[in-house]
Amino acid sequence: MRAAGAEAGPARVRKRGRLFDRLVRLPPFLWLAAFFLLPFVITLKISLSEPATAIPPYLPLLDWRGGLDGWSAFLEALNFDNYLTLAADPLYRDAALGSLTYAGVASLILVALGTPLAYALARAPARWQPLLVALVIVPFWTSFLIRIYAWIAILKPEGLLNLALRRLGLIDAPLTILNTDAAVIVGLVYAYLPFMVLPLYAVMNRLDPTLREAAADLGASPSRVFWTVTVPLSLPGIAAGAGLCFIPMVGEFVIPDLLGGSETLMLGRVLWSEFFSNRDWPLAAAVAVLILAIVIGPVVLFRDSLRAGEGEAP
Amino acid sequence: MSWVTRTALVAGLGFLYGPIVVLIVYSFNASPMVTVWGGFSTRWYGALLADAPLLSAAWVSLKVAFLASLLATILGTLAALALERQGRFRGRALFTGLVFGPIVMPEVMIGLSLLLMFIGIGLDRGLLTIVIAHTTFCTGFVAVVVGARLRGLDRSLEEAAADLGASPGRVLMTVTLPLLAPALAAGALLAFTLSLDDLVIASFVSGPGSTTLPMRLYSQVRLGVNPEINAASTLLVGLVSVAVLLASWLTARRGQG
Repeated sequence: MRAAGAEAGPARVRKRGRLFDRLVRLPPFLWLAAFFLLPFVITLKISLSEPATAIPPYLPLLDWRGGLDGWSAFLEALNFDNYLTLAADPLYRDAALGSLTYAGVASLILVALGTPLAYALARAPARWQPLLVALVIVPFWTSFLIRIYAWIAILKPEGLLNLALRRLGLIDAPLTILNTDAAVIVGLVYAYLPFMVLPLYAVMNRLDPTLREAAADLGASPSRVFWTVTVPLSLPGIAAGAGLCFIPMVGEFVIPDLLGGSETLMLGRVLWSEFFSNRDWPLAAAVAVLILAIVIGPVVLFRDSLRAGEGEAP
Repeated sequence: MSWVTRTALVAGLGFLYGPIVVLIVYSFNASPMVTVWGGFSTRWYGALLADAPLLSAAWVSLKVAFLASLLATILGTLAALALERQGRFRGRALFTGLVFGPIVMPEVMIGLSLLLMFIGIGLDRGLLTIVIAHTTFCTGFVAVVVGARLRGLDRSLEEAAADLGASPGRVLMTVTLPLLAPALAAGALLAFTLSLDDLVIASFVSGPGSTTLPMRLYSQVRLGVNPEINAASTLLVGLVSVAVLLASWLTARRGQG
């Protein structure tokens, strides 16, 4: 039996603490539920609307006060035409495959380029590391649009890359790079490299150096230490970095639009043109749901590493 | 450092900075041709100052970025406090997903879904809708920055204040927030930069009178390489670099303390 009087003080304090905790998390929760979660639900609903009713209030409306009848009327009126269009028209299948291919290839290249760079950052003298990390971050926060735009001047037929190659005598006629798949991949790799390097650096920086030293003492060459000790222990960081890049790349719009050709098909670009050019909002909503379906797996898979890896950013 | 790691660093940073350097160099080119050097000139900066639509778009962007970073800093800090200091609570997994989801979610999805909702509830598109959208995706970034700092804070300081009878609100205001100040500044600067930079989401949720700077730049960039854009970009790069270096200096300084 507890004495009620003795517990009254601490209990009141604890209760006040719980109330305070709720007050702290309520504003961000309400904001994000209203402006991140709810919009997705509405998008899902509009993707099931008829194209012809693409003006608010987007039929069918759920009459949830109508009980079971309201629900069944709602379900009967659901319209899967937009998804049938996505399945039937090869344009959308190609765009989905295109998004997966571009994002997949770029992710692999990012692993290949990002691993040595993150390793070099982690092995740099300790006093230089904050500066070097800041140097990797600065372009990350520098206008995305402008950084992609800069590649036009480099890659176009009369651009700097062709100029340099001709001066060096390596080519006679300018190469066509801009508006090709290669340009899109270059743009994706360039824009997302910091996204790959930072979480990977965070993991490599925390690795126990004695493991490397032990391997070296036992006679392993530096490259063998790298491949048999550092890389296997960094795999969670490599996976987190690749996931962090892959997810937003699937819906990328600016890069394929500025650097790609007319045949460069990616879902982000298709959604953009369905919305802004064709004005078919329910179909654009269906494309958005398709993108979500593609990225939801990686998002769930990397939920924890997204947090841990991003935590090392400035 | 071995020559291999040194080469990796130089090559990596060269790749990251090469295009930006090209942009800056050619913003001072007297010739409008990208590959022809016509001598040093600041004429494009002059043209920029006379470009009224560009300047008014920049003003819109600054207003949006100021309001969005203010709101995102408040919401992001509260979110970080909840995640770092409250242990288990009901709906924690959902809360975590809501806070960090917008960081990775493709921009076209955030933009389109917000627009569909704004139209659904009959909210007129304009400055307000851009501020709401930017606050939504910046909150997670602030939470990341503030959360990292919170993890590094000595919890015994907060516990001592509570043991001495300070209410939770008083502990927050007089102990936690002052210790977090550099992270709050860094988070706010990053939110400001992200808002200033966003093209895709703003394109969906802006109204006729609220064209942001990236939207304006984008419509010009699509027409081809334009030296005036190089000048605008150089100014933007300079501004952002100062902000980011300041932010990382603020966090690094407190991290050592």
